[in-house]
Amino acid sequence: MLLSSDILIQAVANGLLTGAIYALIALGLTLIYGVLHIINFAHGALLTAALFAAFFADRVLGIDPWISVFALAPAFFALGYLLQRLVVWPASRGEDRAILLVTLGLAVIIENGLLFQFRSDTRTIDHPFGFDVVELGTMLLATTRVVAFFAAIGVAAALFVFLAMTDTGRAIRAVAKERLGAELSGVDVPHIYAVTFGLGTACLAVAACLLLPSYYVTPQVGNAFVLVAFTIVVLGGMGSVPGALAGGLFIGVVESISGLLYGETLGQLGIFLIFILVLLFRPQGLFGAKA
Amino acid sequence: MRDHLAPVLIVLALLAGVPLVVDSNVVLNFLKVALMLALAGTGWNLLGGYGGQFSFGHAVFFGTGAYAVAVLQVRFGINAWAAFGAGIVLGAVLGLAIGWLTFRAGLRGSYFALVTLAFAEVARIIASVWPLTGAGAGILIPLREGFLTLQFGSRAEGYWFVLALLGIAMLIVRAIEVRRFGAQLVAVRENEDAARALGVDVLRVKLLAIALSGGITASAGAFYAQTFLYLDAGLAYGPWISVEALLTAIVGGIGTVWGPLLGALVLQALSELGKHLGGDAPGLGLVLFGAVLILVVRFAPNGIVGLARSLRPRRLARG
Repeated sequence: MLLSSDILIQAVANGLLTGAIYALIALGLTLIYGVLHIINFAHGALLTAALFAAFFADRVLGIDPWISVFALAPAFFALGYLLQRLVVWPASRGEDRAILLVTLGLAVIIENGLLFQFRSDTRTIDHPFGFDVVELGTMLLATTRVVAFFAAIGVAAALFVFLAMTDTGRAIRAVAKERLGAELSGVDVPHIYAVTFGLGTACLAVAACLLLPSYYVTPQVGNAFVLVAFTIVVLGGMGSVPGALAGGLFIGVVESISGLLYGETLGQLGIFLIFILVLLFRPQGLFGAKA
Repeated sequence: MRDHLAPVLIVLALLAGVPLVVDSNVVLNFLKVALMLALAGTGWNLLGGYGGQFSFGHAVFFGTGAYAVAVLQVRFGINAWAAFGAGIVLGAVLGLAIGWLTFRAGLRGSYFALVTLAFAEVARIIASVWPLTGAGAGILIPLREGFLTLQFGSRAEGYWFVLALLGIAMLIVRAIEVRRFGAQLVAVRENEDAARALGVDVLRVKLLAIALSGGITASAGAFYAQTFLYLDAGLAYGPWISVEALLTAIVGGIGTVWGPLLGALVLQALSELGKHLGGDAPGLGLVLFGAVLILVVRFAPNGIVGLARSLRPRRLARG
């Protein structure tokens, strides 16, 4: 198939814009994996919950998602912190298989609770910038998505700095690297685990507020993102923050281009195939060190 | 008759008698669906419960069994019984293929759960666009009641059929449990490296387990297709069946013959309760499932069977 370069460039740009949001979602997942060594199956459902929260903040309270993010991010941090402290850890006693099941149980509860409450209707908001576009050369990019791109990159950078510079960040990295050693040096490991889970969940609240102006909400919407996020995490190397960022942008572009070539449904198929192939042949990720 | 099979046969005989004393459609339908879920769960349990390989995507087997039965009959005019058998074989072959890819790559634990989930999603997407499987519109098996078309006129016959399938599956699992293969499977679950050091061919054991597991769960899917006569990608390959398959085993008692049956009965009762409480709004039943899953993992990691066993020694000690 012959494609004009303009269309292709436009697809790449749109892919990068989506990819930044993917990266933010994957960042939360990879952070939790890197420190707690658990795969959080509730990640997608928590994203859905965040989208609903941002939706109702806009529709009921009249607060724009770009404003409500400053309340929702701390709120979801607290939610994640408490979930880890009160549910995931006590219920699983730290066993891998049990953690898988507990987070799966949480996902089922959240997703179906939302389905029960709100039915499977598709909801959208009318954002003041909803129809604005930014012209860049021959490209026309939706303003809301451009803003989301820069905000997502900014949050990722802030998280990176937080992990590198602050005492809490250092403690998180210490626990990720050598849990026992960190514990012996006086790090409160259960607290750090919960902080990490909270940070991962807060990333979702930010992603939700950035997505909402150009996307929709249904009780199942998180599923579409979570497998993509798993793919990115595996691609970037489980637990790697730069890997998640690069992987997110890459997958965004792959999805956009394959969607252009093969249609949206088959474009998704491409992502899952990448996912399976990477898991089978390079489970340490493209950017990860050989395990 | 071998002693170890006797309890299974007795319970099956009791269950077989239900339609003779109960005439209620509600009860028989309830049991039919519960037995189908128990069948899917028995497949999951063989791999996940005994072998310790947690699959989050058993829908891939369920859906393949279901689509095989429907597609072979509707598109190729193959006899329903033959199609049913082919569905089971396909499930087993698919199990072998997925096992060969994943176990050879050394995927365990969370990675195995993730990759099975991805296989189920790939299957769902393919089924939703492929004309052969009816794409988005789904596929309809024409209603033709009769023994040869495997469509039973009376509810009792359908019930006995799924009971027979479950019975065979449970006998297979029970027979494995007392044989060397069962011991090897449990050894792989408890400590794969130690099992290998003791000379267990770990890959072979896992492959055999996933093939049997795939075949058993595919038979549940085939039964689903033959009973409801309609399939689409979301029904056949949707995440709901992956979740229910593992839930029945875990709630009932992971790694036990009785677990999936007990778990399926309890979960199906919860699902009815959810429908009763929630009216026509969907979702409440699954909320209960999620809550039960977390509670079981927290308070009764060995499920209902584990709870029953923990009561037994005390009784013996008193007597």
